[in-house]
This record gives sequence, C-alpha cells and structure tokens, in this order.
Amino acid sequence: MTHDHDHLHDCDGNGNMAFTRRDFLQRNLALAALAPTVPWFVQQSAMASAAPLGLSSIPGVAEERALVVVQLGGGNDGLNTVIPYFAPQYYDRRPTLAYRAPGSNPNATGWDADALPLDAKLGLGLHPALAPLKELHDDGEVATIPGCGYPNPNRSHFTSMDIWHTADRNPSGSDGWLGRYFDTHPVTEGSNEAAIAIGNNAPRALTGSSVPPIAFQSAQQFRWTGADIHESLGETYQAMSSEAASTLSQAATANPQLDFLVRTNMDAQIAADRIRGAVRGSNGVSYPGGSLARQLKLIAKMIRGGLRTRVFYASMGGFDTHSGQRGRHGRLMSQFANAIYAFQKDLRESGDDERVMTMVFSEFGRRVGENASNGTDHGTAGPMFVIGKHAKGGVHGQHPNFTELDSGDLRYTMDFRRVYAGVLTGWMQADPSKVMGSQHKPLAVV
Amino acid sequence: MPRLTPLPRDAFDFAAARHLLVRAGFGGTPGMVQGLLSKGLDGAVDWLVDFEGDSASGPDRIVQADTFDPSVKMQLTAADYKAYRKAREAGDEEAIAAFRRKQEQQERDDRGAMRSFEQWWLSRMIETPRPLEEKLTLFWHGHFAASYTTVENSWHMFRQNQFFREHAAGNFGDLLHGIIEDPAMLRFLDNNRNRKGSPNENLAREIMELFSLGEPELLGRKRSPYREIDIKEAARALTGYTYRGNDFVFNRNQHDNGLKRIFGRNGRWNGHDFVDMLLAHQSCSEFIAWKIYRAFVNDVPETPPSEEVRNVVVQLGKTLKDHKYNLKKTLAELFRSAHFYAASNRAAHIKSPIELVVGSVRDLGVPVRNVDTLRTAAARLGQRLGHPPSVKGWDGGRSWINTSTMFLRQNTTVWMLTGRDAGGHPWPNDNTPFDPMPLVEQLKRDGQIDPDEATVYLQRLLLACPVDEARSQAIRQVFTLANDRVNADSLTAALCVLTALPEYQLC
Repeated sequence: MTHDHDHLHDCDGNGNMAFTRRDFLQRNLALAALAPTVPWFVQQSAMASAAPLGLSSIPGVAEERALVVVQLGGGNDGLNTVIPYFAPQYYDRRPTLAYRAPGSNPNATGWDADALPLDAKLGLGLHPALAPLKELHDDGEVATIPGCGYPNPNRSHFTSMDIWHTADRNPSGSDGWLGRYFDTHPVTEGSNEAAIAIGNNAPRALTGSSVPPIAFQSAQQFRWTGADIHESLGETYQAMSSEAASTLSQAATANPQLDFLVRTNMDAQIAADRIRGAVRGSNGVSYPGGSLARQLKLIAKMIRGGLRTRVFYASMGGFDTHSGQRGRHGRLMSQFANAIYAFQKDLRESGDDERVMTMVFSEFGRRVGENASNGTDHGTAGPMFVIGKHAKGGVHGQHPNFTELDSGDLRYTMDFRRVYAGVLTGWMQADPSKVMGSQHKPLAVV
Repeated sequence: MPRLTPLPRDAFDFAAARHLLVRAGFGGTPGMVQGLLSKGLDGAVDWLVDFEGDSASGPDRIVQADTFDPSVKMQLTAADYKAYRKAREAGDEEAIAAFRRKQEQQERDDRGAMRSFEQWWLSRMIETPRPLEEKLTLFWHGHFAASYTTVENSWHMFRQNQFFREHAAGNFGDLLHGIIEDPAMLRFLDNNRNRKGSPNENLAREIMELFSLGEPELLGRKRSPYREIDIKEAARALTGYTYRGNDFVFNRNQHDNGLKRIFGRNGRWNGHDFVDMLLAHQSCSEFIAWKIYRAFVNDVPETPPSEEVRNVVVQLGKTLKDHKYNLKKTLAELFRSAHFYAASNRAAHIKSPIELVVGSVRDLGVPVRNVDTLRTAAARLGQRLGHPPSVKGWDGGRSWINTSTMFLRQNTTVWMLTGRDAGGHPWPNDNTPFDPMPLVEQLKRDGQIDPDEATVYLQRLLLACPVDEARSQAIRQVFTLANDRVNADSLTAALCVLTALPEYQLC
C-alpha cells in the first residue's frame, strides 16, 4: 500500500494550516545541527528516508520488521489456557474449573465445552474459547511455549510484572528489556523508530535511556488544540517548543524534571504529525469489540500506514481471577483470541503479515489447585505465544509436570528470557546477549 | 527528639507561601497566597494543618454528602434471589430475564451513583476552604488504593472516602486498623473470601507490601521486612474479617483461632494483633515517611535516592514514630522545615491530573464549566477518582507524562480557559464567560496594564520556576498580536500558551 510521506498542504479539518511532515523535517534538521542534546525523535526523523520499505536478503521477509507485544495483566490462568489434559492431577486439583480432553463430550458447548486439540502427543489442548487462535495454529502461525517462568518465582503482580518487563530477576532500577534493545541497537538509516504503546502510559518494558516510547489512546487528540483559538497561537506554540529544544542542555543541569517534560513535549509534536498521517488509512477487516481489539486495530492501521516503528505494545487486563473464574476467564479468552485473529487477518490482507510478529505473555500463571471461591490464586509458570506468518508453529518445550510441584505450584520448564532471546535474534536480528546477557539460549520460535 | 531544621521565618516569602499552598493543598488565587503569607510561617502551617476547627465554613455546606443512597446496591432482596433460583430450576425463562433486568438496572444505578460521587469529590477539592484535608484524603486513596472496578459498590467507595477524610491528618495507626474493617477494601482484596481452612492471602500480602512495610528494595534495604511465611500466617489472622450489606462483621465461625507465627512471634493472633505488629515494625514508619515525602516534597525521579533525601526520609520516619504515628505533628514539622522549601524541591513535583485540574481552577479562577468534563479529563490523563489502576495506587511523577498525556494536559487547560474544544475529546462547548482580569488587577496603572509587566507577573503567579527569556518572549508575543493591549481576550490567549509550557506541569 502506498503512503503519502509528504502531505504538504494538509489541513487539520478546521481550515487551519497544520504543520506538515516536511516542515518538521526541515525544522528538525536545523535543530539537530544546533543542539547536541535534541530529543532522540528529532534525530530519528531527520535521518528517516522516504524510501519504500526494504526487503532483506531472506526471501519474502521484509526488513522493516515489527514486534507486537501483548500483555495479559493480572496473571492469566495458564492451566486453563493451554489445557494439560494428560495430567490426572489437573482434574484432581480443579474439580470445578478443569476442561475435559478434546472429544470427551463433543455435544457440550459454551464454557462447558471440551478443550480444543493442540498437541495430542503431549496431551495438551486449548481453552474452548480459543477457537480463532486454534485456527491460526492450524495454519502453522502459532508457537506455543508452555511453562514459561523464572527461578524463585515472585507472586506479587507488580514485582513479577517488573521481572517480565526488565527480564531481570532483581528488577529494581533496571530499564525495560525492549528499552535496552533500543539502547544497544542504535538507529540505522531508515529504520528503528520509537516503540508505540497504546494507552495512557508506556509500560516499563519500553523504558530505556536513549529512546523514550510514545504512548497514546487515540490519534485525534494527539495535537495541541490551542492553535484553534487563533492560528497565530499555533506559531507561538511551535516557536516556544523550538526554543525549548535549544535550551535543553541548560535545563538538564538545572532541573531534571523540567528537562524530561521539555523533551516529551518536543517528541509529542513530532510524533503527532507522523502518527496521525499513518492512521488516516483504514483496516482491511472488521474487528470485534473489546479493549485489545481496539488497540490491535489501531496498531494494524499504523503498520499498514507505513510507520517504521519496530515495537508496538498492547495490553489487556482483568486476568486476576481469584473468584468466579469460569465465566470471567472464558470471556477474556474469547476477547483475546478474536482480537488476535482479526489482527492477523488484517495484516494478511495488506501483506504486512510478512513483517509482523506478535508475542503474548502474562506476569504469572495461577496455582494448580482452585480455591474455595471457584477461582485461582497467584501461581508461577504459564504459557507464552509467538504468533505470525514467520513464527515456528507448534508446541515448543515441555509442559511442567504435576508430580514435582513446588508447594502447589508448577515449576517452570522454560525461562521466559529464552523466548525473548529467540524473538530478538530470530526476528529483530538483534544480539540478545547485549540486551540481557548471554546465559539465555535463544529458543527457535521464529 | 529528632527534628528537621526549620526554615528561617524571614525566608517565608510569596514564592514560599505559594509553594506551601500548592503542595499542602491545590493552590489558589494571588489573594489566597497573600493571605497565607500574612500569617507568617508558623501561622500558615497551623492554619493548614489544624483544619478541623473550621467546620462552620466546611465544604459540607457547599456540597451535601447526604444525597448518596446507601441502598443503591440493595434493590434486589433475598426474596428476589430465592425466586431467581426457583425460576432457574423450573426453567422459567421469563422470570429469569426479569431478574436479570432488575440486576442490570441496579448495576446501572450504582455506576451512576459512582459518577456522582466522583463529581462530588472533585467539586469538594475545588471548593474546599480546608485544602490539606482533601489533599490528604486523595493521598490515602492512593495509598490504600481500592478500585470501584472490583468493589462495584458506590456506597462502600463513598464510605471509604469519608473514612480517609475523617482520619486524614489523624493517626496512621487508626487508618491501618480501620482498613481491615473497611467493606470496600475487604471486597477489593478478597478478604470476604478469606476463611478458616481456605485462606485467601490477598489482603495479608498487600497490607504488608503496600500499606505498611513497603517493598524489599525500598531505600536500599538489604532484605525484605517480611517473608512468604509471614504472609501465609497473617492471612490466617485476617480470616473472618468480612462485611454484610454495608457493615463490617467479624465472623467468628470463619476466623482461624489457632496459633500463628508472624515475624517470629507465636500467638493466637487476630487481625488487629497483626496490625499492631505492623505498626511496631521498624520498617513501617519509614515507609509511610517515604510515601509522604514523595507526595509532598519531591517525586525523587532518581533511583536510588540521594543520600540527603534518604536522611530526610529517615528523620521524618523517626518523627512519625516518636509522635506515635500522629500525622498532624509530622506534617507540621515537614511544612516548617527548610528542606521542604529548598530550591531543589521547588518545581520538583509533576502535577497529578487531579492536581492539574483542581489547581488550574483554583489558580486561574476559571469557571468549573462542567465538572463531569473535568472528571473525565483527569481520568483520561490517568487519574480517575475511585479507580486507581491497581492496589499499588498511582505511580505518580514521570509516569503521568508521555507524548499523549502531554497534549491532553495542554488541551484540558485550553478547554478550561476558553470552553472550546477542537473536537475529538469530546467535550461540550461552554460559553460561561471567564474574566481573567482579576489575576492582574494590581498591575493596573491609569486603567492600563503594561504587557511586559503582565508577562513577568503571570509567570511568578502560576509557575514554580523561572522560564528562560526565549519562552518568556513567546508569551509576550501574544500581547504584541493584540497591539500590546492586555484585555480579557489577549490575557486568555496568553494563559493558553503559558499553561502549555512544560513548566506549568510542575509545582
């Protein structure tokens, strides 16, 4: 699909002249020459070329690859996502929550349906509401990695989420793993723009020292509306922000909070123009309802619109199912799978599935045994998914066994950082040892 | 008794008085700052901290709290549920549907009541003559963070809010004891399901990690102040602490009366014994001091904090402990200290969305226009009252700011100043006139205001740090466009620009 990189005479819909990409580029080029500490984004944009998305030497795989991270917040119940029907203990410990093996009772429907077949040899199935994911699996586009975790598991949502975000067992003070990826793999010409998170706040995974992530809920609000009061105010605002950029180094020594705000303000202006340009296009398929679908829909638009962003981040909450789990978790599974399915179809439609990979995780799984409230409490290991045309479909590794539980919890069979490493090396063409040390052998999921 | 070094009295100038009013409250007009300044440092701090005496002019007169309905979630009776069970057994689809309709109506009513509560509280923060009371209520809401998303009971959220207000500057021990009998918190952390023989550890874990002792890494601690076994045993001590309807109940039959070992001590501990152990724990006062410091003094963006910051927090923790968790005395000492007013702590706090919205009304004197728009704007900026993102509350500081919220903050103040929305938010246009002239009233000479003077004066009035010359010129430029006339229109436009400055996000 074509994307107009230089919509020169663009208006903001109210008849006021908006600043075009070219204006930004020219301004930015000038700034880059002026100030040693201009925001990273300015440098990126100044260097970005208008060349079409390039292809690498690997036939059929676009060089401009993107990773989409999907976070399931609250601790997704892994045992009712990838169903271990091989294990009698699963049924013993979950009298009301377990799902039967595929084909046990084919007439049952809804939350009472049997698990869907995933890997008969391993005795693993999928939650019945994951049918759309199962279809992608049958197309060979879903790598399922059960039992992902880390040593000495922490059951606090916050700490465990921080561990996943930093890829560091002692997360205090660490940057995010994707932030470190940006830090250690500096910009090359025409690629590698800031990560984009859909939401009000960028997740810790994206924080680094060189490339602050961009976060927004919706594209229309992504501009200053004061310019509509009087058009000259827009110019004043622009001038002010440029002055702000030129005095950055001064501000940095005086007040780090102010320096941070000035940079963010600058980044916002420049990013706004590009992103609003990219999302003017449309999607190729219709999406279901729900928050994750809305986010993936927006991400698909940006990808289809030609943004060179390499990392996108979406998240979905509500997985902390301490009580009344069956219906709640089923609805979440359904929303999740339908959103992923629409996203993948959308990318296929535009051919962008060549260059997009999606990775799904949650901060922990839940205990093997259900609690007295028909729910489950915080546990340890859980499955990850890596989804995309170039994912290596099928089940990777082993499901944790049920005979060697650690005080009622699964022992992880796959360090999640091996999956990160696999994605970094196999997909992002990055060196995982630079991001999180060399002790995590990349898992071949791509 | 340890003391923070007090500020020399003659150092309490206009900027210092403004700093105090903004941090201990939500700011105010130049007249209010002047009023505080005229009381002197001690008088100003006493006035802020001793707010209870001011009940005659209390905000209850302004916004009535008794309009909330305690029975909004009680429309369905036991008989309704019984009839529903029967209908399900009999497969009476019509009766089932009727019950579900009634249930959905009840949920809609409650969500509506919750919105009213959020509006009420926001109005209260805007109008209160007792700013520290509301500031602390908001602080405790972020500390003991329970969300309506899980609680799903507007009355319980309102009750909890009143509880925080009642103890706002009281005693932290009362708050910690009270929280284990608070229906909203008991529901939020599943303690209503924490029963003898089938414990639920949620409350036990969070009360230690987030409400009293703090995370293991805090302030460079060498080891965690508690262990997993303490959580398991404390969960047993908290069994049976639940609620029925709108009231707390201690259910003896569900309480585990057996021996427990918490922090290495054996006993038949109950929930309040456990809370007493937390209060006696050496980590508790320090953690609360750290939370107070981050909320009132400095966001402390650097990790780990500097030696100086750490020393002040340790000192503040000692004060808190020596005063047996008396908050009023601790805060008074902090607000009198030289450290509180130090240059490094000015413009060191990024306004929370509520502080931005409430503070802008109070500082600029703009009309409220539409309290629900202000409520939703703050929510979009990441702070919806009654809906903290997790039990950890709002992270605050730099986490408020990103490229998206930066625009939204600026656009919110544009709407507040002009009542005009460029679309997309979507906020209603509002024609309530705003007269900004009182802000610069004292600059008037022969009926005229000098634009250069106005440019400097506005910054002094509304910003916590000076702006460099180039950006100051950008504000001045707005008056130039109006032929150097300082009138309501040009001043409003200048304020649109000024509130879009990165400096405006700091206080």
